[in-house]
Amino acid sequence: MIDEINSIRTAAMDAVRAATSVESLDAAVADHLGKRGSLASLKTRLGSLATVEEKKAVGQRLNDAIADVAAAAEERRNALAADERALQLVSERLDLTEFRRRPSRGHAHLVTQAWERLEDVFVGLGFSIAEGPEIETDWYNFEALNMPPSHPARSMWDTLFVDHGAPGSTVLRTHTSPVQARVMTTQEPPIYVVAPGRVFRNETADATHMPVFHQIEGLVVDRGISFADLAGTIEAFTHAFFGPGFTSRLRPSFFPFTEPSAEFDIRRPDGSWLELGGCGMVHPNVLAACGIDPEEWSGFAFGFGIDRMAKEYHGVDDLREMYSNDIRFIEQF
Amino acid sequence: MKIILSWLNEFAPFGPATDDNIERLAASLNSLGLAVEDITRTGAPIPGVVTARVLRTERHPDAAKVHRVYVDAGDGAERHVWCGAFNMSAGDVVPLATLGTVMPDGRDIQKRKILGIASDGMLCSGTELGIDDDADGILLLPSDTPLGRPIMEVLGVEADAVFELDLTRNRPDCWGHLGVARDLAAWLGLSLTMPRAELGKLGETRRAPVTIVDGDRCGRFTSTVMSGIRVAESPAWIKGRLALAGMRPINNVVDASNLVMLELNQPNHAYDLDALGGGAFRIRRAADGESLVTLDSIERHLTRRDLLICDGADAPIGLAGIMGGLNSEISGSTTTIALEVAWFEAEGIGQSVPHLNLRSEASARFERGVDPYGVDRSIARFAELLRESCPSLVVHAGTQDARSESLPPDQRSTRVRIGRVNALLAVTLTEHDIARLLEPIGFGCSSPAPGIVEVSLPSWRPDCTSEIDVIEEVARHHGYDNIPKSVRKSPRGGGLTPAQKRRRRVRDVLLGLGVSEAMPDVFLSPGDMERAGHRGGVVTVTNPLVAEQSVLRGSLIPGLLKSIAYNESHRATGVALFEVGHRYLPGDGVLPFEAEQLCVVLAGREAPGAVEVWEELRAALGWTGTALAAPDSTIPGLHPTRQAVVMLGAGRSGRTVVGSVGEVDPSVLGGFGVTERVAVLDVDLGALLAIDPPVPQFSVFSRYPSSDIDLAFVVADSVAAATIQSAIERSGGALLVHTELFDTYRGVGVPEGSRSLAYRLRLQSSERTLTDTDVAEVRQRCIDAVAKAGGTLR
Repeated sequence: MIDEINSIRTAAMDAVRAATSVESLDAAVADHLGKRGSLASLKTRLGSLATVEEKKAVGQRLNDAIADVAAAAEERRNALAADERALQLVSERLDLTEFRRRPSRGHAHLVTQAWERLEDVFVGLGFSIAEGPEIETDWYNFEALNMPPSHPARSMWDTLFVDHGAPGSTVLRTHTSPVQARVMTTQEPPIYVVAPGRVFRNETADATHMPVFHQIEGLVVDRGISFADLAGTIEAFTHAFFGPGFTSRLRPSFFPFTEPSAEFDIRRPDGSWLELGGCGMVHPNVLAACGIDPEEWSGFAFGFGIDRMAKEYHGVDDLREMYSNDIRFIEQF
Repeated sequence: MKIILSWLNEFAPFGPATDDNIERLAASLNSLGLAVEDITRTGAPIPGVVTARVLRTERHPDAAKVHRVYVDAGDGAERHVWCGAFNMSAGDVVPLATLGTVMPDGRDIQKRKILGIASDGMLCSGTELGIDDDADGILLLPSDTPLGRPIMEVLGVEADAVFELDLTRNRPDCWGHLGVARDLAAWLGLSLTMPRAELGKLGETRRAPVTIVDGDRCGRFTSTVMSGIRVAESPAWIKGRLALAGMRPINNVVDASNLVMLELNQPNHAYDLDALGGGAFRIRRAADGESLVTLDSIERHLTRRDLLICDGADAPIGLAGIMGGLNSEISGSTTTIALEVAWFEAEGIGQSVPHLNLRSEASARFERGVDPYGVDRSIARFAELLRESCPSLVVHAGTQDARSESLPPDQRSTRVRIGRVNALLAVTLTEHDIARLLEPIGFGCSSPAPGIVEVSLPSWRPDCTSEIDVIEEVARHHGYDNIPKSVRKSPRGGGLTPAQKRRRRVRDVLLGLGVSEAMPDVFLSPGDMERAGHRGGVVTVTNPLVAEQSVLRGSLIPGLLKSIAYNESHRATGVALFEVGHRYLPGDGVLPFEAEQLCVVLAGREAPGAVEVWEELRAALGWTGTALAAPDSTIPGLHPTRQAVVMLGAGRSGRTVVGSVGEVDPSVLGGFGVTERVAVLDVDLGALLAIDPPVPQFSVFSRYPSSDIDLAFVVADSVAAATIQSAIERSGGALLVHTELFDTYRGVGVPEGSRSLAYRLRLQSSERTLTDTDVAEVRQRCIDAVAKAGGTLR
């Protein structure tokens, strides 16, 4: 019977090893290891053996044969699975570099990009963002800011007027300062706001000037605010926006709505200067006009152009490019 | 304003025109708020340019435009130069730039050969030396000039610097050298010396009487008679000074007048007394329609806004504070003058100037503010300067000094609290410190009570009237750089408002969808709004730059269409742009109507493209209270059969239209030169950003299976799909958890003018598994509701 086992084992091993697919392997396994398979059927004949020793020896031999065939089948199964996977992988090959295409993301306007970066810096310094109308009354744009009608300092701005109400009573705001006046007339101090926005001048467009451009102005009104707080805030902004290597300087200047007034310059790490904007202590007349007692409260204000920041930052040589709405320009940033 | 260093040096020892000193002074001027825009250096020595005598000149047969000049530069050696100017002859002394000289324009003088013959240098013109405008010939010097000497030393030209100052409106005093010198001397701790100004021994009394008729415009008018004048050229130093200051020398009388103006900031005018009708002055407003030919030979048409200086016979001879009349000009034969030194009210001049479109050195000063009490010094300084070229000058007694009510008081003062100074500037100055800073610039300090300084205000600083003005002066002279820096933080903390955050989110969503941001002009041409379909009025600009920019946009669409057309013309089709910006329409309020709008335009896309953008925004921003609906009436400017409105709110009364979506009307596209279709979304961003979406709350999802049913309806084109969907959603009841339009079909089997709309309904209960009866009930309810809304089950 041992011989019989050996020969069946050999046949089974051959059949398993010769299987070329999972299906033929399954059939070979069923033929030999299945309930009615050749090896299983030998088990039923063990009882007919004469001695216990013989039963033990033959049984052992038969179990070994079954285990060998099962192991070979498993081995063959793994090999066949690997082949199949390899075939599948080859057939599914993709060259992903074929699928690169132009990204379809949109591009924010340069002014918006600079505007939001500036807002973020001032929010970090504890400021809120104030907004107001672009068409303004003469009162908010000039009179509340210490420029009564026919005040000579009004000629510092080339004003565009709007046909509305009495002639000369309605203007396109020449600066975002009227937003400050609106905040002061509607909110109780302490006030810490910046007002970014669109402003208008009766000026012909050239490489460095636009009749419509954008400013950001800051206003602080609180008890005991001093010129040192103004200088320190400008310095803190300089570090936060431009970087630690930059410093700021204030130079005396004149604006009707601030006194003392100053220009502020930024010193670049290479020692050169960038003239950035104007600032000063809020004039007592402005506080009073807006219903704030200048004896109890004091404040400072500052302002500068957003467009110029974007122009400097991105190396744009002509401001008009930023307003061409040419997609070739927009998509560069 | 041009400020000359050598002139400043007459007031205080500011130092030489060396690079270091010029830089130091410029930094000081900047620190004082007298912004230095530009610095021009003049008369600096040019090493290598020396005096040389012309020994002989010689033509070369092959050279027509140049000749050979042999010179002696004092060292006995004969040098040869080629020269293109022929104005010298043997014996003349000329400037020779020797080999290796670097000329002021940067030219390096090297040995150059012409026709094979080398040149040992170059002879120089006045222009090449930077001393005058004569470029035609070589500068010729007197024949007894020593040879081999540095040219600038021989000419007596000294190095100088001109500071171009950009002055602010509050510093009228710095329109004269005196004002700048006073500020700068105080800053540098130097004492100020006034230049000599003597009237001399007064002659017999002679008067040119003055009558101020309109005293509100003229506060002071003095006339002084001076005789013994011989009109001639001014001395070289006066001419040189005027040239550096950018003024043309005319004659000794006019030059003295101008010099006084540039030095003391006091415009003045000399009249030929013999030509002055009636020998007197009357200052009055012009009559409407009156005219005068000014010194520049232009006839000026006047109104009551303008102020005239008239002679004794009331004939106009000058525009007060602006420009003299041509008829009163000093002539070569003038021997006696009446000198006007006056003070005119600033605002009046400021209104007259733009009206006449006539600006002058005088008007620029008067409209900013001239010292009303600097008059006497100016008269004396004029006499002092004129006497240099007219030793026989006699200033007559009898100066007329007419004054009126508009003359500012000579004593002005304000009370300054020391505590206020220190609190505002974050410094610790004493009363003594404040006096130390203010007195050198002409402010007087006394202390009527502890902690108080009574400050007298100088007459040349009309801008200074109150405590805060004085605090600024203290800050300036203490030095802005010496004030410490501190930071105050808001007690409330900063941040964007919810609406501002949502505006950023809108931008981010659009950028993510591939739409870029544009900023078209807010100004439109007349007719642009109408071409875009707008009915009704627009807001116009009173004083536009050009007519094409005279209308303020009532919609963002025209500007964006222009941007699409621009890009199409540059071969960029299919651009997707959005803008967030204000639009303006006429209104009845204090201000015109103004609102923030969002407009998206998708070139080359049909209307559904804009709906997709809207749905993305709606989902991202949580605008669940909005819905698209068919418009009640056709929206002009949009494709009439491809448009919908964006509704906000619920219920018939609570619903408002906040925008529209669709395609731009093809006829509008044509009007703007756009060739592609354009899908458009145009919404009132202000209204949408005001929506505060509720915070989503967690709801437990059902553990029971859901059932889907599909329903297709035939619906007339006149009925909106949104109407059908809301009929389903309203009638489905609690078991209907989701409805989706999954197919739209037109064609065979569906009548003309209708389409089939197929919806998938998902039903689910949170309490039990649905029965067939449950599903059938919901199905029937929906079919009935849709039937009422105008849809028939297919």
